[in-house]
Amino acid sequence: MARVLLRSLNKMFDATHVVKDVNLEIRDKEFLVLVGPSGCGKTTTLRMVAGLESISSGEVLIGETVVNDLPPMDRDIAMVFQNYALYPHMSVYDNMAFGLKMRKFERAEIGKRVQAAAEILGIQNLLVRKPRQLSGGQRQRVALGRAIVRHPRVFLFDEPLSNLDAKLRVQMRVEIKKLHNRLSTTAIYVTHDQVEAMTLGDRVVVMRDGVVQQVGEPLELYNSPANRFVAGFLGSPGMNFAAVRVSGEKDSLRAHKPGFGIEVPPELARRLAPYIDKDVTIGVRPEDLRLANGSDAAGLCFEGTVEVVEKLGSEILLDLQVGDQTMVAAVEPNVRATRGDKLRFALRPDRLHFFDAASEVAI
Amino acid sequence: MIEGARWRRWVFFYIPLGVFVVVLLFPFYWMMVTSVRPDSELYRPWMAPNYTPFWTLHPTLEHIQHLLAETMFSTWMWNTLFISTVATIISVFCGLLAGYALSRLNFPFAGSLGTGIFITYLVPQTLLFIPLSDIIRNFRLGDTPWALILTYPTFLIPFCTWLLMGYFKAIPRELEECARIDGATRWKAMVYIVFPVAVPGIMSAAIFAFTLSWNEFIYALVFLSSPAEKTVPVGVTSELIRGDVFFWGQLMAGALLGSIPVAIIYSFFVEYYVAGLTGSVKG
Repeated sequence: MARVLLRSLNKMFDATHVVKDVNLEIRDKEFLVLVGPSGCGKTTTLRMVAGLESISSGEVLIGETVVNDLPPMDRDIAMVFQNYALYPHMSVYDNMAFGLKMRKFERAEIGKRVQAAAEILGIQNLLVRKPRQLSGGQRQRVALGRAIVRHPRVFLFDEPLSNLDAKLRVQMRVEIKKLHNRLSTTAIYVTHDQVEAMTLGDRVVVMRDGVVQQVGEPLELYNSPANRFVAGFLGSPGMNFAAVRVSGEKDSLRAHKPGFGIEVPPELARRLAPYIDKDVTIGVRPEDLRLANGSDAAGLCFEGTVEVVEKLGSEILLDLQVGDQTMVAAVEPNVRATRGDKLRFALRPDRLHFFDAASEVAI
Repeated sequence: MIEGARWRRWVFFYIPLGVFVVVLLFPFYWMMVTSVRPDSELYRPWMAPNYTPFWTLHPTLEHIQHLLAETMFSTWMWNTLFISTVATIISVFCGLLAGYALSRLNFPFAGSLGTGIFITYLVPQTLLFIPLSDIIRNFRLGDTPWALILTYPTFLIPFCTWLLMGYFKAIPRELEECARIDGATRWKAMVYIVFPVAVPGIMSAAIFAFTLSWNEFIYALVFLSSPAEKTVPVGVTSELIRGDVFFWGQLMAGALLGSIPVAIIYSFFVEYYVAGLTGSVKG
């Protein structure tokens, strides 16, 4: 058990600056997820914590110790890799026992620990098999088992579920969460899948181009994204964005563009005041677009033409044409809509997001 | 497999394959037939009425007996075996370490060093034997097995290094990284994880190296002179061709017996060998 601290961490590959001044504290027993598109530096950050990548500048602390110059074996960590990295010439038992053998544990103790881990993961009957005789999900379990037998201070996960099919991925996601609840070891988990990030993380770190964009609890990130990138990255389907112009007087502001316009709710007007006669980006999540009914404030309604209807069962996604803009609305499954319908939608005033057009920072 | 009509399969698959197999195996067949053919049949003119070039009606072991009794063939076999084995062990060991280093470690000039090693392999032996013979003489190694054991690696090490480099590159890095996180040093990760996984590659490098040294001719011809030190290829050709007299029966018997060890090695390790060349590593 230990906390992990990253202090102004930087990584340069020749002239490319891959990780830029990352400062993070992963609390003891916390499950922290690093998420971002490929090439955002999340894996490199994880590998620096693991000791597989040298640190260009900054510090990594595990517990109270600076581990910059410690080899991976002395950092007391365990890592689960995307391609499982099981040793193909060893049985499942030997795969799991390898780390303990290297650390010169007693035979009896090794047997006990491997058995215990195998029981937790439900792979007792696979111990004599070779990795090539296992399915993807079983291999992933063995990889997890190999990590937990060691009782390390920190678990590192590098996209462990990416090679599994969709159904198995959901199942293993739940298992990883359960495992963490049971072992409560500090864990750092890297993924490019925002659903994994939201469901697994106690806290989530969104990264882009080597820079941390926002750190927070999943819903905090979802409900109040710090910038347009975070807003667009989390959630599926993604947030709708529209470039609009703010105009009007202090208390009655309008955000509009050809074919689309709303009255800015008073609670947001104060924040938007500096942007009068300037361009901003408005962001609305698909589930915050509702079909309008009589009680909705007229100023927050607009009209859209249905282009595509995607029936998902639990909800219906409507691809809309609003002016020169496309938007996606997630509506109740009982809505009857067909292509070409003109529908009126209402926005929820407390669920509107505005971003600075140039810096993309939330307003 | 070729799809479509039956004739297509014959024209594009079975017939070409058959031709290939016949062309490939005919020299071996000829070697076998000649080594058991009595001299009276061997030197019979082609227009004689009972001329049978492709088979014999009176098989005999006299050539093999002559070869074993009157020449130093068994000594040559032993020399070849000893030289090939030691040269192979040295070359595979060096190739293993060099291949690992070139494919896995980041050090300055790793790329150019790899290319450099490859270029040395491209220098033809027919050029290299001249400076090498000077070196052999200076070290007073001429006419000893060590003349070959130490010169064969000049072409075997580059070969093994390149073959193993390719093989190591196909082994996922994560295996090693995982081992190092699991508590292994770089050296232990290499010995316990990378080398066992690379066994097919190592085996095929060893088989190749062994075959190349077993068949090597020019260095053996130049560096060895006394009959008792010779290897099979040189011994057979220098002792059984006297002037313009070819002892065909014994020559072929020598070639046949000389190729048996290589054939045995190939048949035992053919699976490793194929896996080694196709580089099939599965995590």
